[in-house]
Amino acid sequence: MSTDDLIETFRAQLRDDPDVASAVAAIRALLGFLRQDRGETIQGLRSSLRDAIDTLSRVDSSVAVNSGGELFLRFISLTSLEYSDYSKCKEIMIERGEIFLRKVSLSRNKIAKLCHPFIRDGARILTHAYSRVVLRVLEAAVESKKRFSVYVTESQPDQAGQKMAKALRKLNIPVTVILDAAVGYIMEKVDLVLVGAEGVVESGGIINKIGTNQIAVCAKAQNKPFYVVAESFKFVRLFPLNQQDVPDKFKYKADTLKTSQNLTEEHPWIDYTSPSLITLLFTDLGVLTPSAVSDELIKLYL
Amino acid sequence: MVTLTFWPLESSTSSTTSSVGICCVSCREKGLAAGIGSPAPSATHSGSGGPSRIIPARQLLPTCWALRRKLLKVSLPPSVGSCRTGMEAEQGEELVGKARGPTSTFTCSAAPQCLHPDRAPCAHGWLWFPCGWGSQGVHLCWSREREGAGDRGAALAALCIAGRRSGNDASYYQSAARNTETECCKLSTAGGRGQRWARVAAGRQPGQCHRGTKQGKRPRAAAPRLPACMYFSSCSLRCSTSAGGPELSREEKLQLRKEKKQQKKKKRNEKGTAAEPPEPGTAADPAQPRVTPHPASPPASANAPNDGEKPPGGKSKAELRAERRAKQEAERAQKQAKKAELGQGAAPAKPRLTPTEAPSVVKRLPEHVQVDDPAAQRKLAKKLERQQVPLRQDYGTKVNLFSHLHQYSRKKPLTQQMSIPSTVIHPAVVRLGLQYSQGIINGSNARCIALLEVFKQLIRDYSTPPNEELSRDLVAKLKPHISFLNQCRPLSVSMGNAIKFLKKEISCLPDTLREEEAKEKLQGTIDNYLREKIVLAAEAISKSAFEKINDNDVILVYGCSSLVNRTLCDAHTQTDRTFRVIVVDSRPRLEGRETLRRLVRHGIHCTYVMINAISYVLPEVSKVLLGAHALLANGSVMSRVGTSQIALVSKAYNVPVLVCCETYKFCERVQTDSFVSNELDDPDDLIVQRKGQAQLGGWAENKSLRLLNLVYDVTPPDLVDLVITDLGMIPCTSVPVVLRVKNVDQQ
Repeated sequence: MSTDDLIETFRAQLRDDPDVASAVAAIRALLGFLRQDRGETIQGLRSSLRDAIDTLSRVDSSVAVNSGGELFLRFISLTSLEYSDYSKCKEIMIERGEIFLRKVSLSRNKIAKLCHPFIRDGARILTHAYSRVVLRVLEAAVESKKRFSVYVTESQPDQAGQKMAKALRKLNIPVTVILDAAVGYIMEKVDLVLVGAEGVVESGGIINKIGTNQIAVCAKAQNKPFYVVAESFKFVRLFPLNQQDVPDKFKYKADTLKTSQNLTEEHPWIDYTSPSLITLLFTDLGVLTPSAVSDELIKLYL
Repeated sequence: MVTLTFWPLESSTSSTTSSVGICCVSCREKGLAAGIGSPAPSATHSGSGGPSRIIPARQLLPTCWALRRKLLKVSLPPSVGSCRTGMEAEQGEELVGKARGPTSTFTCSAAPQCLHPDRAPCAHGWLWFPCGWGSQGVHLCWSREREGAGDRGAALAALCIAGRRSGNDASYYQSAARNTETECCKLSTAGGRGQRWARVAAGRQPGQCHRGTKQGKRPRAAAPRLPACMYFSSCSLRCSTSAGGPELSREEKLQLRKEKKQQKKKKRNEKGTAAEPPEPGTAADPAQPRVTPHPASPPASANAPNDGEKPPGGKSKAELRAERRAKQEAERAQKQAKKAELGQGAAPAKPRLTPTEAPSVVKRLPEHVQVDDPAAQRKLAKKLERQQVPLRQDYGTKVNLFSHLHQYSRKKPLTQQMSIPSTVIHPAVVRLGLQYSQGIINGSNARCIALLEVFKQLIRDYSTPPNEELSRDLVAKLKPHISFLNQCRPLSVSMGNAIKFLKKEISCLPDTLREEEAKEKLQGTIDNYLREKIVLAAEAISKSAFEKINDNDVILVYGCSSLVNRTLCDAHTQTDRTFRVIVVDSRPRLEGRETLRRLVRHGIHCTYVMINAISYVLPEVSKVLLGAHALLANGSVMSRVGTSQIALVSKAYNVPVLVCCETYKFCERVQTDSFVSNELDDPDDLIVQRKGQAQLGGWAENKSLRLLNLVYDVTPPDLVDLVITDLGMIPCTSVPVVLRVKNVDQQ
């Protein structure tokens, strides 16, 4: 499978199913790549898969594509491959890849199940930008007959908040769209903050749409719980110390990186929220405190 | 159905002397398992539906857990008799004996209800030891029973008796074997990691069980016949570890070894009689260690010597009598145990006097942090005297809060007053100790490397005395050396971990190795340790630290850490990033000067300030890079005093704090402050020479003046953003996970 085919498969996945997470689409594309790989050795397969992950993360600069790809690779090669026959090994890897994909696609529902009891009846929730996991959680809360209202930030520059508001209105949830600058104003009215994440880093902090950090800081200042919902395939081996330490390839869109002359003049798309500002993380591995994220990652990679 | 088959050790010799391999498990985690006598006992395990297979004795241990759950049929060679403890459900169950010999069937008379001490009613923690005692088949079954359960089980020939729970973890076991002898074993579980160690608290009086028997007490004449408690009694040590060694966990071995030492006196008393082999026929293979150090002659004339010819299932008169008597014994023993327990309950704080007693459940504090406790000091002095290591005297008055720590004077080295016999302490170790105490070798890594190099030399110069085993004797030989070094300067965490590693490696040496090979192997392991844990780890750390050093960074370092220096030098030479370093230093050691020297030699742009100026320099700093003495299990960083202050100010200025630390310095201890476990340096270091006058010079004469020269402090985990280890970058709260993963790897 050539690079172009790979990218095309990835894009087609995203087009066909707008509800799919970019990481899941990437994993599907990688699985297709694995099936059609013509390599002869495990080492060769690994390196070509690595190249494929690189290619995909250049197409979509989101952290999740990177982390999902890495975890996929880790998961399929974590098994013992002590077969003399290469095709047998590959078969096993494909099988494990499918297991991984199945696990990944179930994770959103698992999170919804874990998280919705935290939304009490009559709660006022602040959320940021568009997140499918948050949407699924709120849906689960509605299904369990909770009445609550949601504030959504507009989240410039792509106005993802409007998209979120639309989706929430469809679920008959009372929604108010607020300005990004009004977070501090609205915080005192809010009972909890619920955001998704593009990536969860080793420190237990998150990388998410720009503006998340300021919400977290505001929430901390007013002692409101700040909850993050994220699937475990978003766990990434990265340890930023501060905003400046986050790699540029995540901060800017892929095409901006290619075209821009001076990155300091560009708007970053994501920011880093430190673990000390996060109350809890809801993942398909369970409800985690920020420090438990690193434990899970160590278990996975050591 | 599960069938365990035990083959006699010497089937060619008289059937009355055969011994069998055993399978016994006290607990799944650590496996207090031991096997006696049989070189290759095997068990046939045919699980339901599964194909049957032969399990070699070594592998028996892990399997046993599964086996025990439904241990239905146990077969033993008829010559050995049978022994049985079982679980609740198995009372009256049939035992089918199928060995190299006629098949015989036994019925279990009663099964004691066993309860696992940790996991309530799941029925485990019993051991059974069908050790061949001739035809009498003395078997000992140990069961852990809940309070009040009493001895409901009496196996055919032997008895197994009540363990009872006391305190949190310790369980007392008494086993009455045959009817004349009783031994009391006390198993206690050391808290924390589920380690179990067994000790014999043995009053070896027939029919009685004493817990508080003094060490010097002579056993009565009947005692040498004692067939029980092989595993934990000193005299049986040799055979149990050499023959059944592989099934003993390593901790067990060490513990047993300790036991051996402690019971030396007793052993000496027994030796005369105990050395007699039960029957000359068993000594077919002289290389094979004795299975039974006690004479296996029937303890009482009532037990007819022709028992062996009888099928073990059938009860002879003598056996019946024996059973009855054993039952009585057991009851008596139980009563006594109860009494003893009550007595203990009345005075729980009473310090333990006899070394044969089990240590308290609470993990013992190391001596070097209880200097203010005279009892602990007496104990230490005694220990040192035994090891012929001089005791170093404390120097000067101490600040009250730190009176539990040692404070030595550099001017009075340990070797000044007393000569140290080179038979006890290797001259290289003496030199190393002096280098430690004079501060010539300093720094966690350097001290550890020096230690291991000296130990290598020590191993090279070591030769095993006759009648000793290298794996035992060497560990014992190391002990005085370690005590000596500890006297010179308290061991660092890195040294502690290295010593722990080395001891484990020594005790795990296979017996089959020749001395030269074993020594070579040990030196090789030490070299590997040095390379992997220190050299390569430093390389890995400096590689991952590159990621965090950006262009135009201003990096603040404190004191002198070999790792941090190396990282900075590597970053300077191997990358094209330009960065600047601020070296912070503090009195009295002024170690920062060494850092400065090294960095400047590499051409790194440096600034040198004292620690009083950090709030002035911090606004321009972009990262703080610190070394560590140790990383504790709660994520605290133990490091040179002053580190905590730097981390605190950095936090206030929102500057990220990075700590570099190899994983071999990770420690399972938890500490929240710097008081409990720390080190006091020579207070004379604080004296300043100014204009030819020593200020503070006469501090010792002034009663209201005390000096404190603290060596380490503890930085709380929330002040540290990131720890760079050889495993990559982790938050410091992940230390326990790394420790756990490491422990799993080592096992």
